[in-house]
Amino acid sequence: MDHLDELEAQSIYILREAFARLKKLALLWSLGKDSNVMIWLARKAFFGRVPFPALHVDTGKKFPEMYAFRDRYGKEWELDLRIEPCPPIDAVDPTLPPAARSAARKTEGLKLALTKYGFDGLIAGIRRDEEATRAKERVFSPRGTEGEWDVRDQPPEFWDQFNASPPPGAHLRIHPILHWTEADIWAYTKRENIPIIPLYLARDGKRYRSLGDADITSPIASSASSVDEILTELALTKVPERAGRALDHETEDAFERLRVAGYL
Amino acid sequence: MSAPVPTMIAAMPNGTTRPQVRIVIVGHVDHGKSTLVGRLLFETGSLPEGKLEMLKEVSARRGMPFEWSFLLDALQTERDQGITIDTTQIRFRTRSRDVVLIDAPGHAEFLRNMITGASQADGAVLIIDALEGVRDQTRRHGYLLHLLGVKQVVVVVNKMDRVSFAAARFKEISDEISAHLTGLGVTPKAIIPISARDGDGVAAHTTNIQWYDGPTVVEALDALEPARPLEQMALRLPVQAIYKFDDRRIVAGRIESGHLAAGDEIVIMPAGKIARIRTVESWPVTPLTGKQTAGRSVGITLDRELFIERGDVIAHAGSGPRDTRRIRARIFWLHDKPLSKGDQILIRLGTRETRATVVAIEKAVDPGKLANEETASIARNHVGEIDLSLAQPVAADPHRDNPRTGRLVIEVNGRIAGGGLVLSVDAGQRAIPVDIVPVESALRADERSARYHHHGAVVWLTGLPASGKSTLARALERRLFGIGGSPILLDGDTLRAGLNNDLGFAPKDRSENIRRLAEVATHLARNGHIAIVAAVSPAAEDRAAARRIADSAFREIYVATPAEVCESRDPKGHYAKARAGVLPAFTGIGNDYQPPRASELSIDTSTRSVTGAIEEIERMLIRSGILFDEPADLAANI
Repeated sequence: MDHLDELEAQSIYILREAFARLKKLALLWSLGKDSNVMIWLARKAFFGRVPFPALHVDTGKKFPEMYAFRDRYGKEWELDLRIEPCPPIDAVDPTLPPAARSAARKTEGLKLALTKYGFDGLIAGIRRDEEATRAKERVFSPRGTEGEWDVRDQPPEFWDQFNASPPPGAHLRIHPILHWTEADIWAYTKRENIPIIPLYLARDGKRYRSLGDADITSPIASSASSVDEILTELALTKVPERAGRALDHETEDAFERLRVAGYL
Repeated sequence: MSAPVPTMIAAMPNGTTRPQVRIVIVGHVDHGKSTLVGRLLFETGSLPEGKLEMLKEVSARRGMPFEWSFLLDALQTERDQGITIDTTQIRFRTRSRDVVLIDAPGHAEFLRNMITGASQADGAVLIIDALEGVRDQTRRHGYLLHLLGVKQVVVVVNKMDRVSFAAARFKEISDEISAHLTGLGVTPKAIIPISARDGDGVAAHTTNIQWYDGPTVVEALDALEPARPLEQMALRLPVQAIYKFDDRRIVAGRIESGHLAAGDEIVIMPAGKIARIRTVESWPVTPLTGKQTAGRSVGITLDRELFIERGDVIAHAGSGPRDTRRIRARIFWLHDKPLSKGDQILIRLGTRETRATVVAIEKAVDPGKLANEETASIARNHVGEIDLSLAQPVAADPHRDNPRTGRLVIEVNGRIAGGGLVLSVDAGQRAIPVDIVPVESALRADERSARYHHHGAVVWLTGLPASGKSTLARALERRLFGIGGSPILLDGDTLRAGLNNDLGFAPKDRSENIRRLAEVATHLARNGHIAIVAAVSPAAEDRAAARRIADSAFREIYVATPAEVCESRDPKGHYAKARAGVLPAFTGIGNDYQPPRASELSIDTSTRSVTGAIEEIERMLIRSGILFDEPADLAANI
């Protein structure tokens, strides 16, 4: 088994554990490279079909290429796609800095979807190497009844034994690709030939390294116009992945506050 | 000496050509774990652009001196309090390795987070403050590394600058920690003097530590090996689920050890059913041909329709795990409420989940303390050995046979509360060979208890010769019979005259004597009788075995009459013979009787009457649910 085989086997194990132990699961599909890999892994885990809904919590501000991708592959991959709109900005904590506040709409949209469907488990494609508070996550991460994350009291988790009993009204976040890196995602995308949104590839000296809302996400300077070139670029760069995501950088703890409140 | 290498290495960034090794940094709080990690990132050129500048600026804004640990303490509360609360992971590269560094908290309050981090590691760095030396949490973390199966340990003695880089102080600490780790079966790969804050010994040797000629931290990390999947061991495939998405019935799971291929003859444990693997299913390409090895998540179909469920374990026929309802385990405990004998818990062993009762607790200690004082229950952050009685049979391996399937976790109220290694299975030796079919009684337990007004039990009287066991046993028998019960006396000496007349007094024979007594008594108890066993049973281990066999029916009474009183009684003349040297292997005048530490009752017959003692035993039997707490009005039943 090579490195990618090991990552894949572990993710499949996690997805199958989630499916075995929770009653009402959904997979959060943000349309980005990570959640596309996650859908691919779910299809591997369950022999071609994703046996739970794919939930797109839609801020309505994604790039047109992202919506086109969603419409095409939602059908092609035979997903049980649920599109949930986010509430307007007025419904969001006004003390957050602007970009974080904008992103926090997603947290509110997520809460509405949880209430509507009664999911007890949400599968999310976050990774430890993306961001410092995500590095502290559990694979099965309990959330409170308001979706909040109690970072001071995370349960022990070891030997691939997971805490999968959310109290009534609360839910679990399940993170099957927590142990992957950005480079792993691209190497796997290439090996498995997984479709991607073309915004990730350089055009006119720029490309998006991480995709979010169009108004708070910027491209980076890059000449990488293929997945191979992205991999070469990643081997050399010292710029963090989410440098182009404004919400991470407004204040020292903006992202932590978002996550504690239930953001991904 | 190899210099630290920058991150720019002409290799695939996914590490396909370089081994990835996961290393946890552990040790006592404030001994410098996060500082070392920060320093390692800096020395290996692994910090993201602008990160150091940003943190320096943040520190200045907060009016705090810059600390390397700020690189890792991502949570606001961690930075505010200067303490790592939860584990974090960060990556860097050495000359030949991709390293995932896991920074674990050192504070005792966050031991669960240390365990979460360390359980994922291939190797560990145990850090010790040169000034403070080995502390509680140093020892505790050392012990937990051993329980978690982390065998590669590098020790670093940090803050050498605070002891003027004194070689003598370094040697003192090296000797102490070596002794501790070696006692746990862990040999440190290296012991390295460093100053993480200033960089001495981290990536390069400095003139401050010229007397040291071993590896730097970076060099030591470079020599650690990733854990290998257990391909060479017997096949173990714990079943995660059965999928019937289409006309295939796919058994899904991850191969924990060994390998499999289509055509293999397999056994499904614990039921012991035999089948053959028809296909190995996959997606997008299916079926797969060839060998699937340990670590793979697979799906298989079988050549026949069998009942199979999550929690079963698939093995090759002839080399399967044992099925058992008894497990002995060495565990660590993380719950606020201590784990006690009689507790009902949930255990997870592989993908199997089952309720269990804690039948016995032994060797419960705080692994952080130097003197291991044993306790009757296992307190939070302590360790101990437990015997579990499981509500349903499971397939299990002892940990020494298979580290993946020989470990379990304990859950309390839906949250993981502890975990540990399976030391042995079938401790009660009741594995039933397949061709023996025990015949069940025609009567149900409740039919008998309705008549006798009690449940079955094994009342085990232990104590020195002439302590009064037989006297109490006979009085108890009379009393229970008088209230309509069904007591049966099993006297050690009486059974030695018949059933056990092939046994002598060597330790092995004594153990077998006790085992047979316990088996017979347990059979009676299962059939609703109260078996009263009077036997010296001097060895704690043998009595523990008896408790495992009788399980929740076991009630131990320590007849704690002082030795000099026993000797002065000497009704059988044994003490006199032993003193005269004509009765070897006699228990009583030596120190070979091991008194129970946690018996259900203790009675000193030199200070109380037989009637008083029997009343006390009766109260204990009522309290512990054996005797029904109701007036035994025999007349009403006539």
